[in-house]
Amino acid sequence: MLELKDICFTPADSEAGASKEILKNINLTIDERFVAITGPNGSGKSTLAKIIAGIIQPSSGQILFDGVDITDFSITERANAGISFAFQQPVRFKGLTVKDLLSIAAGKEVNVTEICNYLSEVGLCARDYVNRELNSSLSGGELKRIEIAMILARKTKLSIFDEPEAGIDLWSFQNLIRVFEKMYQEINGSIMIISHQERILDIADRIILLEAGEIKMSGSRDDVMPLLMGAGTCSTLLDKM
Amino acid sequence: MEISAIEKNLLAQVADLHEVPEGAYNIRANGQMAGRNTTANIDIVTKTDKPGIDIRIKKGTKKESVHIPVVLSEAGLKETVYNDFFVGEGADVVIIAGCGIHNCGEQASEHSGIHRFFVEKDAKVKYVEKHYGEGDGNGERLMHPTTEIFLGEGAVLEMDTVQIKGIDSTNRVTRAELKAGASLTIREKIMTHGKQSATTDFVVDMNGDDSHVNLVSRSVARDESKQLFVSKIVGNAKCTGHSECDAIIMDSAVVSARPELTAANIDAELIHEAAIGKIAGEQLVKLMTLGLTTQEAEEQIINGFLK
Repeated sequence: MLELKDICFTPADSEAGASKEILKNINLTIDERFVAITGPNGSGKSTLAKIIAGIIQPSSGQILFDGVDITDFSITERANAGISFAFQQPVRFKGLTVKDLLSIAAGKEVNVTEICNYLSEVGLCARDYVNRELNSSLSGGELKRIEIAMILARKTKLSIFDEPEAGIDLWSFQNLIRVFEKMYQEINGSIMIISHQERILDIADRIILLEAGEIKMSGSRDDVMPLLMGAGTCSTLLDKM
Repeated sequence: MEISAIEKNLLAQVADLHEVPEGAYNIRANGQMAGRNTTANIDIVTKTDKPGIDIRIKKGTKKESVHIPVVLSEAGLKETVYNDFFVGEGADVVIIAGCGIHNCGEQASEHSGIHRFFVEKDAKVKYVEKHYGEGDGNGERLMHPTTEIFLGEGAVLEMDTVQIKGIDSTNRVTRAELKAGASLTIREKIMTHGKQSATTDFVVDMNGDDSHVNLVSRSVARDESKQLFVSKIVGNAKCTGHSECDAIIMDSAVVSARPELTAANIDAELIHEAAIGKIAGEQLVKLMTLGLTTQEAEEQIINGFLK
């Protein structure tokens, strides 16, 4: 479904000689339904997700989505081709309400029942939130859940979540796992999650470990988890669990 | 007097009026009265010394509304109209004013509306004002609304003022004086295009204890338009005041905010917030990841901002 060929990324503003390559020759084919990408801070996980969503252009390489070369597609074109992306840090909008954003995400005016379905999935009561603006009156955790609800409303072939657990409290975290489990059962598409959480990695079909911009390990949960947990490959990661 | 299709459209734009309104109303078209209705509690009388009307709302009048739209469809018409509202003690009413100009000619059309509100003790007023201009002529559409508000003890006035389209130049002046326990809320929404210019100028004096004011201005300036936001809040008593100016600039537009707070009493608490900037890049990116084009994303952000 998604194929990355020799993806490299070096920020344009890097000084000559001191250029920092964030991603180095990433080759990856993803056909699994649930893929988790993990790795220490600064390993290039978010950059990789943004490159897939079209927010960052790779310095070189090619991206194929269902066999179509989407390397030159804009963010909008990729969104319409079936890629969704939940931000690590959700964006606030003065004036736009939860209903407005869910409607934009769904591509149509959503009714109260639909809003109720999406919001209750992420543990929010529609009555309290439907007309709330996505402004600074909402907490980081609330915004994060609304961000996830928007992805549920899109129902695309590929849904990418950048650290969905960040900013979500422990109680909500249990429910978050259920959201992904349910999503896994209900949607036909694939889910790609960037995460440090063992419980999220635990439900993945495949785990990819990025380190210093390279794929260090990639394989089934059963193959990768013991190595991640035991070999001290990634102590930073373990610290976070 | 007959109302033309153009005037009907202007009425729909400024007062959401499609038919003759319910309750009291006075419609002014091209400098003349085009319709009036009074009720048992609300009287409307033409001024004898200058153009305009007196609107008298009896003490204790509840849940009634007054519509006083003005439309100008003849090019070159210039008028200054004085409307005074006397709202009796304990009344609770909605007042809808608005001005629409359709100018297909070469000469400027100009309307200056001077509205004064005398709101007596414990009365409550919701005041809605809309300004709109259209027409493909070169004649300018000018509007200069002045609003003077005098709030008695415990009186409450909420004002929503909107100017979204088609006014070439506007100088909006609002003055208010508040007695003890009075509360004033003003929500202003402005969008300017082309070479338009808009100035809004608020002066609010809080003279009584426990009075409160909240001024919220949201504006969008596009193309080469210019906006100036001036607000002066004076706290002469134990009072609370807040003003907020939030503006989005696009293209080569210019927006200035000039807030001034004066606390002349140790218990006056006054706050001002101002933020001017372009649409945040991350907002555009977020909406694009939901499938909108850059242009659609901008429209959504602006529509939401001015909603």
